Amino acid sequence: MRESDCVVVMGSNMAENHPVAFRWPMAAKVEHGAKLIHVDPRFTRTSAVADIYAPVRAGSDIAFLGGLVNYVINSERWNRDPFFRSWVVNYTNAATLISDQYQDAEDRDGVFSGLMEYKAGVPEWPYNGFTQQYENASWQYAGTRVGDQGRTAATAQSGETPGTKSGMGTPGAPQPSGPPYDALVRSLLKPPAARDETLQNPRCVFQVVKRHFSRYTPEMVERASGCPRDTFLKVAETILANSGADRTTSFAYAVAWTQHTNGVQIIGCCALLQLLLGNFGRPGAGIMALRGHASIQGSTDVPTLYHSIHGYMAHPTALKKHDTLEDYLAAETVPTGYWGNMPKFVVSYLKSMYGDTATVENGFGYDWHPKIFGDHSHLPMFVAMNEGKVRGMFCIGQNPATSLNAKLERAAMRKLEWLVVKDNWVHETANFWKTAPEIQSGEVSPADIKTEVFFFPAAQVAETEGTFTNTQRMMQTHYKAAEAPGDCRTDVWFTYQLGKRLKKLYADSQAPRDQGFRNLTFDFEHEDPKERQIGEPSAVKLLKEMNGYQTADPSRHLAGFGELKDDGSTTCASWIYSGVFPAPDRNLAASKQPDPPGQPGAHLNWGFAWPANRRLLYNRASADPSGKPWSERKKWVWWDGSKWTGYDVPDFAGTKAPSAQPKPGGIGLDALSGTDAFIMKGDGVGWLYVPTGLVDGPLPTQYEPAESPIRNPLYKQQSSPVFKYWKQDGNPLASVADPNFPYVITTYRLTEHYLSGAMSRWLPALTELMPELFIEISPELAQEKGIANLDRVRISTPRGQIRAKALVTRRIRPLQIDGRTLHQVGMPWHWGYEGVVKGEIVNELTALVGDPNVTIHEGKAFVCNVEKG
Amino acid sequence: MELSRRDLLRLSVAGGTGTALGGLIASGVDLAPVVAEAQQLRIKDAKVTPSVCPFCSVGCATLVHTINGQIVNIEGDPRSPHNEGTLCPKGAATFQLHINPNRPIQVLHRAAGATDWEVWDLNRAMDRVAELAKKTRDETFVERLANGKLVNATTGIFSLGGATLDIEWNHIHQKLMRGLGIIAIENQARI
Repeated sequence: MRESDCVVVMGSNMAENHPVAFRWPMAAKVEHGAKLIHVDPRFTRTSAVADIYAPVRAGSDIAFLGGLVNYVINSERWNRDPFFRSWVVNYTNAATLISDQYQDAEDRDGVFSGLMEYKAGVPEWPYNGFTQQYENASWQYAGTRVGDQGRTAATAQSGETPGTKSGMGTPGAPQPSGPPYDALVRSLLKPPAARDETLQNPRCVFQVVKRHFSRYTPEMVERASGCPRDTFLKVAETILANSGADRTTSFAYAVAWTQHTNGVQIIGCCALLQLLLGNFGRPGAGIMALRGHASIQGSTDVPTLYHSIHGYMAHPTALKKHDTLEDYLAAETVPTGYWGNMPKFVVSYLKSMYGDTATVENGFGYDWHPKIFGDHSHLPMFVAMNEGKVRGMFCIGQNPATSLNAKLERAAMRKLEWLVVKDNWVHETANFWKTAPEIQSGEVSPADIKTEVFFFPAAQVAETEGTFTNTQRMMQTHYKAAEAPGDCRTDVWFTYQLGKRLKKLYADSQAPRDQGFRNLTFDFEHEDPKERQIGEPSAVKLLKEMNGYQTADPSRHLAGFGELKDDGSTTCASWIYSGVFPAPDRNLAASKQPDPPGQPGAHLNWGFAWPANRRLLYNRASADPSGKPWSERKKWVWWDGSKWTGYDVPDFAGTKAPSAQPKPGGIGLDALSGTDAFIMKGDGVGWLYVPTGLVDGPLPTQYEPAESPIRNPLYKQQSSPVFKYWKQDGNPLASVADPNFPYVITTYRLTEHYLSGAMSRWLPALTELMPELFIEISPELAQEKGIANLDRVRISTPRGQIRAKALVTRRIRPLQIDGRTLHQVGMPWHWGYEGVVKGEIVNELTALVGDPNVTIHEGKAFVCNVEKG
Repeated sequence: MELSRRDLLRLSVAGGTGTALGGLIASGVDLAPVVAEAQQLRIKDAKVTPSVCPFCSVGCATLVHTINGQIVNIEGDPRSPHNEGTLCPKGAATFQLHINPNRPIQVLHRAAGATDWEVWDLNRAMDRVAELAKKTRDETFVERLANGKLVNATTGIFSLGGATLDIEWNHIHQKLMRGLGIIAIENQARI
């Protein structure tokens, strides 16, 4: 971001929540006059240092971003500057024609073609949260089908909604088997999609996009978001002026884009804008996801998430044709682009699970691997728990007693037979049976809670050796500096010791269903006798299993995922992490050599950024189609006549010339040309229009959140027709423009606290800095409601009511929406009923509502009432 | 060693260059030279171990100072291209995650219907958890759905994890869970 000429922070308060990273946009501002723009419902410390602050209504992000798309496409500069035309024609799917069956939301008042009643799912799992679904056949490219394989949203991966089946092989013909699986992959090839490089055909992506956003005018942006049109236009002009061959703009967002009724489409809309502007794969460009946890990227890469297995491969599911390994590969492999190598990743993963017992004959143990059969994520699991369908729970570093619709989640936990909490402190979840509000009020008696509860105290970071993967995909090692006190143990210790005990308990089982577990390889004994004695597993062996090694000689680590094979001769849990540990004495995550000052700053010898230590993804796009840098100022990776070179590890086949043509009948990278910079996409280009993978539409569309004080100003369709909602006692929603809940409420985080407070409300320094819960209210609303600064106020939603201290501040301002005044309020949510400082739980107010693609909740835009008292 | 809350604050003034110093400067008092000298004394002869901040995802590198195996200070690593030695208030308070009078160090067990915790032996608790996990798995395991599809899975056990845990934990934990057929595995990344 230090290289950016303009940084747009939207969906984030970067100055307060990622303060150390915020030094880099500030450096860009100070060092070369970069513009800083903050788009947010609240005026924060980020706004205070911004060149432009644009206030918006929480929940109107797509109206705002769609307005930027419309502005750019119709601007004189964008249509004149050859850079944009060249970028968009060569590096995006702008020229691709789409099916004539497709009908846009513009033509159907906010609904795309293919909407139908929800039919997917199985009776064993009625918790998917859908009432309607889309069939995406009409969204496909004309004359071909991209299929619905892999790399899609969680819902599509798990098969909760059926995508279009790709035209694989001949119907009824037996699947080619393997290994090698090249014939199977080749059988999946489809003819390339038709294109119109003049971008004039009304069915080409560019024209469809242009028409879709044509009503997102500055006037409409003002109506929907409350942002004055002059301010909006200043934002639009600044972004466009700072994009092009020698200038780049970057966006930064955080959970204020993800925690929405349709958050995925907000991020998609930003990607669409950045693709139109040529802001990908280039220094100072891109979209920065400012993630909130030391290894949250790692926990997505190494998925302690239900919907995927290592390295973003779909979890085998009973809702798709995944019956055998061949079926799974045929359904999930994209034959063209780098994902054409997926059989190698899957087989090497299965070898890491089942070792020698994974053979060609038994499909590498594929049948032992469990299959999912619905949405088993956080929200539906608590719904199932509340119905008594979940009996035991491991809760390791999480605090759900303060989580979404908190009272409902605590009620669900009371139905558990057992609960294991492993954490730093005896927090709200550990004590949910003892000190929760409903216990204190006498509504529930501990004697009636039959849950057996365990608390295991945790070792801390400086007492543990391990690796974090940060938001930049960078893996960094931390070492053990001291012994943990008492019975505090590392997280790996707990899981390893549990696994060893279970291995013993199942050692003699002859039941067929236990054979997979009996065959699971699980030997991570520590090298150091002292550590071995306390039962600590070896972090080195765990990292090695992720990096991969030659099956026949485990001392030969893999140098990278290029060495993977689909015949079982390589063992590798995580193909994307392959290369971090290329030799027993070389752990690159431990690299600590920064570049000297004055260098371009890729810092290739500080940590290891997957894949293959690349710092900028799709960086082939930093050169023009002929391989030359777009400009001297923005050079990063280029073609030197015989190979790709530059400041970073090129994200391209190393010696594939810019003029290279796809190989006829080729699979994998052979199917892509020398200008196909987006090597993970089947057609080698960035997608402005998304024909497959999203379940709620191929283009972003302004829908209102599940609860909104206004009617959707753009369409008759109020909210996404497919957002997830669980109708439950205790989970009601306010109706549109409900007079009982007239204000928009948004939630956020403070510099001094961390999430539910489980890593901050027990720390003297932080609690002293920020002791008490508050609600931010504008002076106008405060006056209207007779509330003075520091008064106690009651905040209510259809789910619950809490009290907090009023902070009357001009940081929150009323907006003019469609001719009337709309008030917003804001609350941080770090408090609970345990800890050094206590306060009410803001999540008593939230609802179980989920994004249709990924089931992330709505926590940023819902409605409430505020009263003094 | 018992430390009061005030002691801890004082300790972190000496130890953490981030919060305490930043806060004092913000209030208009320049204590930088004093703090710098105090810090020099505090970490003199200490062993230095490289580490990483456990809070947000920026990945600020830290240095952990220990004397005789006791952590005495945690501060930003000046070599890091991310943070160049700086830390935010939370990062600067990492020390208090470790050295903190509120820190529980015993295993606790609450029996069904009980009104209070009981301290348990670590191994006894682990044995009991393993026994419960096996029992619940065995009683809720589904080999095939009603439609005949092979799933070899159970939704009777839910695993919910945080996202400030090592990738090594994520790996071993998802491996154990999936190995057992436990498919409802989630973490903070969904929130």
